[in-house]
Amino acid sequence: MRDLVTEHRLNIVLALVLLAGPLVAHAADEPFMVTLATRAAILALAGVGLNIALGLGGLVSFGHAAFFGLGGYAVGILASHHQNYEPLMTWPFLVNGTNQMLILWLVAVLVSGLAALVIGALSLRTSGVYFIMITLAFAQMLYFFAISWPAYGGEDGLSIYVRNAFPGINTLRPLDFFLLCYAVLMVVLVAQWRMTGARFGTALQAVRQNEGRVAALGLSPYRIRLAAFVISGMVTGLAGALYVDLNRFVSPSMMSWHLSGEIMVFIILGGVARLFGPVVGACLFVLFEHVFGSFTEHWQFFLGAALLAVVLFARGGFIGVVAGRARHD
Amino acid sequence: MTVALFLEQMLNGLQLGVMLFLMAAGLTLIFGVMGLINLAHGSLFMVGGFVCAAVAAWSGSFWLGLIASLAAAAALGALVEIVVIRRLYDRDHLDQVLATFALVLMFSEGVRFVFGSFPLYLDPPAFLSGPVTLPGGLPYPAYRLAIIIAGLAVAAGLGLLISRTRLGMQIRAGESDREMIAALGVDIRFLYTVVFALGAALAGFAGALVGAIQSVQIGMGEPVLILAFVVIVIGGIGSIRGALIAALLVGVVDTMGRLLLPMLLSNVMHASNAAGVGSALASMLIYLLMAAVLVFKPKGLFPANA
Amino acid sequence: MKKLILGLTTAVSVVACVAAASAEPVKVGMITTLSGGGASLGIDSRDGFLLAIKQSGNKDVEVIVEDDAQKPDLAVQLADKLIQSDKVDVLTGIVWSNLAMAVVPSAVAQGKFYLSTNAAPSQLAGAGCNPNYFSVSYQNDNLHEAAGEYANAAGMKKVFIMAPNYPAGKDSLSGFKRFYKGEVANEIYTQLGQTDYAAEIAEIRASGADGVFFFLPGGMGISFMKQYAGAGVEVPLIGPAFSFDQNILQAVGDAALGVKNTSTWSKDLDNEANKGFVAAYQAEYNRLPSIYAAQGYDTGNLLLSAMASASVTDADAFRKALEAADFKSVRDKFSFGPNHHPIQDIYVREVIKEGDIYTNKLVDTALTDRADAYVADCKM
Repeated sequence: MRDLVTEHRLNIVLALVLLAGPLVAHAADEPFMVTLATRAAILALAGVGLNIALGLGGLVSFGHAAFFGLGGYAVGILASHHQNYEPLMTWPFLVNGTNQMLILWLVAVLVSGLAALVIGALSLRTSGVYFIMITLAFAQMLYFFAISWPAYGGEDGLSIYVRNAFPGINTLRPLDFFLLCYAVLMVVLVAQWRMTGARFGTALQAVRQNEGRVAALGLSPYRIRLAAFVISGMVTGLAGALYVDLNRFVSPSMMSWHLSGEIMVFIILGGVARLFGPVVGACLFVLFEHVFGSFTEHWQFFLGAALLAVVLFARGGFIGVVAGRARHD
Repeated sequence: MTVALFLEQMLNGLQLGVMLFLMAAGLTLIFGVMGLINLAHGSLFMVGGFVCAAVAAWSGSFWLGLIASLAAAAALGALVEIVVIRRLYDRDHLDQVLATFALVLMFSEGVRFVFGSFPLYLDPPAFLSGPVTLPGGLPYPAYRLAIIIAGLAVAAGLGLLISRTRLGMQIRAGESDREMIAALGVDIRFLYTVVFALGAALAGFAGALVGAIQSVQIGMGEPVLILAFVVIVIGGIGSIRGALIAALLVGVVDTMGRLLLPMLLSNVMHASNAAGVGSALASMLIYLLMAAVLVFKPKGLFPANA
Repeated sequence: MKKLILGLTTAVSVVACVAAASAEPVKVGMITTLSGGGASLGIDSRDGFLLAIKQSGNKDVEVIVEDDAQKPDLAVQLADKLIQSDKVDVLTGIVWSNLAMAVVPSAVAQGKFYLSTNAAPSQLAGAGCNPNYFSVSYQNDNLHEAAGEYANAAGMKKVFIMAPNYPAGKDSLSGFKRFYKGEVANEIYTQLGQTDYAAEIAEIRASGADGVFFFLPGGMGISFMKQYAGAGVEVPLIGPAFSFDQNILQAVGDAALGVKNTSTWSKDLDNEANKGFVAAYQAEYNRLPSIYAAQGYDTGNLLLSAMASASVTDADAFRKALEAADFKSVRDKFSFGPNHHPIQDIYVREVIKEGDIYTNKLVDTALTDRADAYVADCKM
């Protein structure tokens, strides 16, 4: 119980640090640090999405980049239609593009949720290492499709030039956009925290620990897992939507298997199944990339070495080391 | 389309399949015996290609390069097993995926550090460098024919090794009951190292063979690795026989899809569009095949330990 | 006439402030690919660019080099860093079109100059052109257009054409067809990053073509040429220089000998600037330069020439100085068209062996004073 209290306190501290950093950077007129923090917050959100499937449900998905990319393309396509004043379709009814983030987010979440439903329904028939491989394969399939499909730029990707709009704030200002992303991240984290304690969260963790007992209670483990996978895909898709607005650009590389691996890396660096695990992991990853990237062109070697060390010797990740062992290991 | 073109493409599909089998056999063997999923298998393929190219350039002999690549990949595999992989056997798949993903990053930059950023030169030995004429007058690259023969020979050798030798008996025992063979007095740590080195050697061998007709460059293992995963999932993870059949299936479906889809589509749309759309669909074809297999047989075509 | 006089007076006033201008330091942010499979192209671009700066001895240029690992999102992040944190004046160095499309539009919208050492996608030459964007290399289609023209000159009547299935691949084949007048035997799109071309080679053999045009940059080209030679198909190959640069040729070996390729530059181009460049590059880095190194070198010298006559803080004057392209290019002729893309000759080279080294020699000129197909769409 003491550990649980420690972790809660640690989470509050982490949330405040992530908020304070960019505020200080803004005051010191270092807008790039704000951009870097925004990137960390968005990647953290992608990790939070995966953590719902992976940490709570024990579903090791190696294809979450697919949802990240689909969310991104939903935004990129609608925004580019808005900019070119071309309707998305005219038949059977007229659909125009838009630059309103709230609508874009909704579409991104729906698209990635739908994809997660289809991919999950097929993949969850398998388990263990088959599940890892089949999610990887579906993501690769979408990746190759995005590269070869000519309509929206293919391999070149799609530029949207200007960040989309959110009522009441100026998203072009780095700090405003950061605060928006930070707020989304916090809302999702609170929702996940509430969910973990609620019936669905309990059932999901029970499925991971003892599938037979859940089935004996008359619940369908398959449906519970599928629901978790869909929610997980939606959150990662939302992160993809924000990422496109950060970079003002979407491309198939958002769906590459390296990115699926990196989203997993956030979780393991921070701590598996920890609420703030992906947040810490994404921040560490972005810092590492920034610091070592300017040091040496062989920085990916050191990234690999650091990751290997964490997997082998610090299994609980950052939070595990600081707050002690997880409740359910 | 002529019959000759069709036959030639079937041979090409066969050759791709055989090459995939060399990769998939090591992966599936390691999974079957140790329950380990190894993303760094593609890196061993790359190391095989680079070592073969470097030794062949230094000595002037492709064959020396081939032997060196086998030895280097096996030695590196054993080293990696002892230093890293050994600690992962009782971990869950997530840890295995991440640790071997870390190894992929380290190997890619490590190889670049040792061999430089530029692609290396590697050619087949002179007497295999041209085409041969097959019965029926079809010209076909001699080297590709040699790959098919070498691959099938390795498949047969692997089959004999597993069914007839003492090591094979231990491997089979390891696949069905791990505690049991330890109880029988087999040095299980040594067995695991040997199996991992064997898988690594197969990957290195494939990398060297293929390096002679492809580009020996950083990251050359990644596309092959993902195809090899598709193969072992279709075949049933842990099954050598399944890997062979699935590899040939994937090789033929992929090759024929790339040939036939644009042709079929050109009946319904403009030739230039058909080429683009057909190629886009062809690149998705084997993943669709895999999804279809898993819908009907979630454990693959030949489930091991069923 | 009035316009000309106006131009002359501006030129005079530009010359007048040279003394003040040269003291103004310029900060350059170079984003290029230094790790992963595509690293050799970025390394050559960087080395060529830095050689020009080093030779000039100009202490007022500060270059910050960053590695994009060939990832578009990382390139965007680095551009943000260079602009927001390092406050650079000029960006350069991107090798790949997809990365350029991610970085360039927003960088020039923020008032920075972008000088391209390589990538020059059609969007940035036509409707998406920008006063602050200069391509010092070519327009992406140029080398393919020249290959089409060369196919006519070589008397090819039925050419088999092939490229990877991505935007640059499609631009390539349409660029080739823009100039090629004969029949297209077949048009094939391969997978990006494909390593095995047995199926395509079989189709080439069956097609009855009298020439093959292929655009397969990097490792794809190496694989294709080795396999093509092994298959014993005798149909002659032509391609753009991307598959025949100095680093790639060593990996292809004999399989590339005799193949014709189109390029804006060759190491045996007979002019003083080029001779000096090739010798200095070899002395500095102990290897022969590639086309990427040559383009990087020209970009460096273009920047230096502009700095000598205008201050980067005066964007309009600096832009005019860049437009003048008053530097000794290693490519004989070099000037900018109205869309800030080069007007230059495009050559045909042949792969030969010099001692132990595979390299190219000039054999012909395919296009003279070629601009590009998109210049009419550019409104600026």
